[in-house]
Amino acid sequence: MTPLPQSRRLASGGLIDRSRTLSFQFDGKPMTGHPGDTLASALIANGTILAGRSFKYHRPRGILTAGSEEPNALVELRSGARREPNTKATTVELFDGLVARSQNRWPSLGFDVMSVNSLLSPIFVAGFYYKTFMWPAAFWEKLYEPLIRRAAGLGRASREPDPDSYEKAFAFCDVLVIGGGPTGLMAALSAARAGAHVILCDEDFSFGGRLLSEQFVIDGQSGADWKAAAVFELEQNPAVTLMRRTTVFGGYDQSTYGALERVGDHLPVPLPHMPRQRLWKIVAKRAVLAAGAVERQIVFGGNDRPGVMMASALRSYVNRFAAAPAQRLGLFTNNDDGWKTVADCIRAGIKVEAVIDPRPAIPEAFRQLAIQAGARLFEGGLVQDAHGTARGLQSIDVMTSTGRTESVAVDGLAVSGGWNPAVALTCHLGARPVWRDDISAFVAGDTPPGLVVAGAATGAFDLRSCLADGVRLGAEAAQAAGFTAVAPTVPAASEETLGLMPLWKVTGARTKAFVDFQNDVTAKDIVIAEREGFRSVEHLKRYTTLGMATDQGKTANVNGLAIMAALTGRSIPETGTTTFRPPYTPVAIGAFAGHHRGKHFRPTRLTPSHAWAAEQGAQFVEAGQWLRAQWFPKPGETDWLTSVNREVIAVRGAVGVCDVSTLGKIDIQGADAGTLLDRVYINGFSALPVGKVRYGAMLREDGIVMDDGTTARLAQDRYVMSTTTANAAKVMQHLEFCHQVLWPELDVQMVSVTEQWAQFSIAGPRARDTIQKLIDPMADVSNMALPYMGVTTITVCGGIPGRLFRISFSGELAYELAVPARYGDGVIRAIMSAGAEYGIVAYGTEALGVMRIEKGHPAGNELNGTATARDLGLGKLMSQKKDFIGRVMAERSGLTNPDRPSLAGFVPVNRADRLRAGAHFLGLGAHPSASNDQGYMTSVAFSPSLSHWVGLGLIKNGPNRHGERVRAYDPVRRGDIEVEICSPVFIDPEGGRLRV
Amino acid sequence: MQIECPFCGKRDAHEFAYLGDATVARPDPAVPDAARAFYEYVYLRDNPAGSHRELWYHSAGCHSWLVVTRDTRTHAIETIAQVGAR
Ligand SMILES: [Zn+2]
Repeated sequence: MTPLPQSRRLASGGLIDRSRTLSFQFDGKPMTGHPGDTLASALIANGTILAGRSFKYHRPRGILTAGSEEPNALVELRSGARREPNTKATTVELFDGLVARSQNRWPSLGFDVMSVNSLLSPIFVAGFYYKTFMWPAAFWEKLYEPLIRRAAGLGRASREPDPDSYEKAFAFCDVLVIGGGPTGLMAALSAARAGAHVILCDEDFSFGGRLLSEQFVIDGQSGADWKAAAVFELEQNPAVTLMRRTTVFGGYDQSTYGALERVGDHLPVPLPHMPRQRLWKIVAKRAVLAAGAVERQIVFGGNDRPGVMMASALRSYVNRFAAAPAQRLGLFTNNDDGWKTVADCIRAGIKVEAVIDPRPAIPEAFRQLAIQAGARLFEGGLVQDAHGTARGLQSIDVMTSTGRTESVAVDGLAVSGGWNPAVALTCHLGARPVWRDDISAFVAGDTPPGLVVAGAATGAFDLRSCLADGVRLGAEAAQAAGFTAVAPTVPAASEETLGLMPLWKVTGARTKAFVDFQNDVTAKDIVIAEREGFRSVEHLKRYTTLGMATDQGKTANVNGLAIMAALTGRSIPETGTTTFRPPYTPVAIGAFAGHHRGKHFRPTRLTPSHAWAAEQGAQFVEAGQWLRAQWFPKPGETDWLTSVNREVIAVRGAVGVCDVSTLGKIDIQGADAGTLLDRVYINGFSALPVGKVRYGAMLREDGIVMDDGTTARLAQDRYVMSTTTANAAKVMQHLEFCHQVLWPELDVQMVSVTEQWAQFSIAGPRARDTIQKLIDPMADVSNMALPYMGVTTITVCGGIPGRLFRISFSGELAYELAVPARYGDGVIRAIMSAGAEYGIVAYGTEALGVMRIEKGHPAGNELNGTATARDLGLGKLMSQKKDFIGRVMAERSGLTNPDRPSLAGFVPVNRADRLRAGAHFLGLGAHPSASNDQGYMTSVAFSPSLSHWVGLGLIKNGPNRHGERVRAYDPVRRGDIEVEICSPVFIDPEGGRLRV
Repeated sequence: MQIECPFCGKRDAHEFAYLGDATVARPDPAVPDAARAFYEYVYLRDNPAGSHRELWYHSAGCHSWLVVTRDTRTHAIETIAQVGAR
């Protein structure tokens, strides 16, 4: 298909580059546009009126605005993995090859089956979610919500990973200027001339704001020319950073602003190494908010019909984009500003059929303008209803000042209900806007420190005031940031008046009148909300969803508030205020994530033996940030359990080695180191002899177990503590808290040495034989010289300093050998050579887990944040002779109740059954219910030593129920088996193997 | 938000871990009513709208525990000092 000519493109004018033609597709139809177009302006130039279907009623909708406040023209942009729903056609910069689809329609935009929702509209009225789908709750997820979602329709996300990258960046400046319209440009010039480092941001791809869209004259030049000169001056100044396509979306504490720069959104695909978007954190000494104002609508029947457009938007399309949204236009305005539309249409050759101005008397100049345009003038008139189809507007019903109704044939209607200053950023830190009667609008209330509001954002809507504001506030901001401002000159601009007569809603409309287009909230919905008592703004909002769509009601909120005010006989400020939260416009989650996605979400920490383990073909597992060897498959082993069983059998039968460097290690020194440990652990450490190791458990102050591990005393004033892998940082923070906050008088220092040491567990009956071959001569590691729970300092492999701990997690004769981390790779290879003659194996975290379960050692699954020391069988360790963290709270009756789930072992009654962690315990024959729940299985393993599954679990009164049978009930995996409660120690309960 | 560590200077708030109220003191476990005192120490907290003395830990920095006096309504920080410092 060859694209049709741009039927609605004006013959001349506009800020588009007609020398180049861009091809694009909308709903599969080929079209063309020019650089400088937005998708919306290109659609209008191609005569496209219908842009989408509405969210709830599937009503046909056109393009309402020319900016980021657009509620209607939301499209799916791009295709495949880059498909992005709910993109505003009014802010998409046209590029060659652009593909867009309309949303919320099936099977096609023109013929939409779901618009039957419109016929069902009584059920979609205010509060329908609350009223219609009350019961039963279970129906929500399965029935109501999918139904509503399909009917309501939202754009479709791509469901594929985003192929683009996003960046985060920081910037610092003296003066941040938000908005690059006349006010912002002037403020930036003024501050930059004073020497300040200025950042100027604008969401548009071109600076100028309304200068691009109106026929302004400044200092004798056209607004566009004046803007070009201003931008040129700013570009020449090295202290000025100009950021186009950058939305300052949030104001945060300490003069920090969030901004989103759309770096590659205007390209079909970002260039190589180019991020698609960049999230800026801008810290500014001073900020000038020159965000302008948003034109507001007037609520009348059919005001959402395609062809109805904001008057300022219509002027944007005509003046900036040389595209004609209509050929026979009606204008409905309650203020002088709207009248600019008439002059611009005359210039562009667009016929103005009628001007409806509700004001009883309008300036004579406007009467003359209407005559010049050949337009019928309805002074004191109202548009009651607009009629049309999905293909466009056909007529409007006008109520004249004398009360007659007349129909006027038009194919477009421009509407101006006045302007709302864009004060969102002033509200982000909690301030509320305040009402100004003279302009019938909310303006900024308290502003955050360092931020001033300028220009139209203050309610000064005329160009003269905007330029003057920019000059003054730009200079003041620079001065406040420490610069001397030069005497400012304000460029000359013609006078403008507003002359607004507030008009929020036309009474007597016969068709649906919309307030919030994006969420399909009608004037009638507000009436219902009021009738049912939802009169406060916050209630109104939630009951009707007014202003809760992605546009945050930029074109809707004030009208909704005004309608509620009229219904309740209160003033607008009495009724409430609108407020805004960040972001000003939606920001993709991808931009907040930046590079922190996939494997870059957090750093990966590698153990000292990682390279060696990878050479062995180890299977790795993530343990927090660490990557640990999970098991080491041998050739021919295809099943993880086969490998793990072999590793366990080898350790229990000969010897094995495992990298345990990930355990947290804290070096604690000082005369009071033992005292600190006494207060942190439930058991004592100050009496631990030098050269000895002790297992310890520590509690949180509320009496629940926080962590456990072994601590060795290396010298009178020096201990080294080990923590679990997961809690290493948390325990360090806790110890620092105890020392710095609770007991600063203690003479103690500590430092984390987790990454300084490579530590290997060498376990099994041949562990000593293996160790003996590694350590340098003269060191005696006999059972006599280094008994169980001893520690000594040695050198290995010809002078590498090391520590040898005689501790065991596996229940076998075992050592942990620690060497400086840089020797880790060499030492693991040396251990494997030394153990070769005994059949040494490398074992991973799975085999480690199997052996600790066989030995009944509680670990992460048991230290679940609710278990006490008694629950875990550690009650005997709790010292009665000293205070320690958690001691008092651990004695609360709820925590000492013997009926608490406590640690026990479990074996399947039918030894062939597999145990499942997470299964809940029930009495035999008991109905599966929360009240019959006795606890749950925390850890399970297949024990190759016993040839059946074994488990650990927390069950009511566990230690006193050995021999009893219960059900292990696991409905998620359809498990329901009988298990026998037993001692949690399945192997060598006397511990003889440890001490050989 | 930035926090000015007395040792490291102004740093992003992400470098710090928040604990909470700095005005509560760990009770003497030997007092007769220790159970109640600990209960209050562990669980009962004021939630003032305004000036609040609170503990922050410079976890990604010097590991100092700091007392930060912050206005909970505005996040404005009045004072920052190492815990225990005068
Ligand atoms: Zn610090």
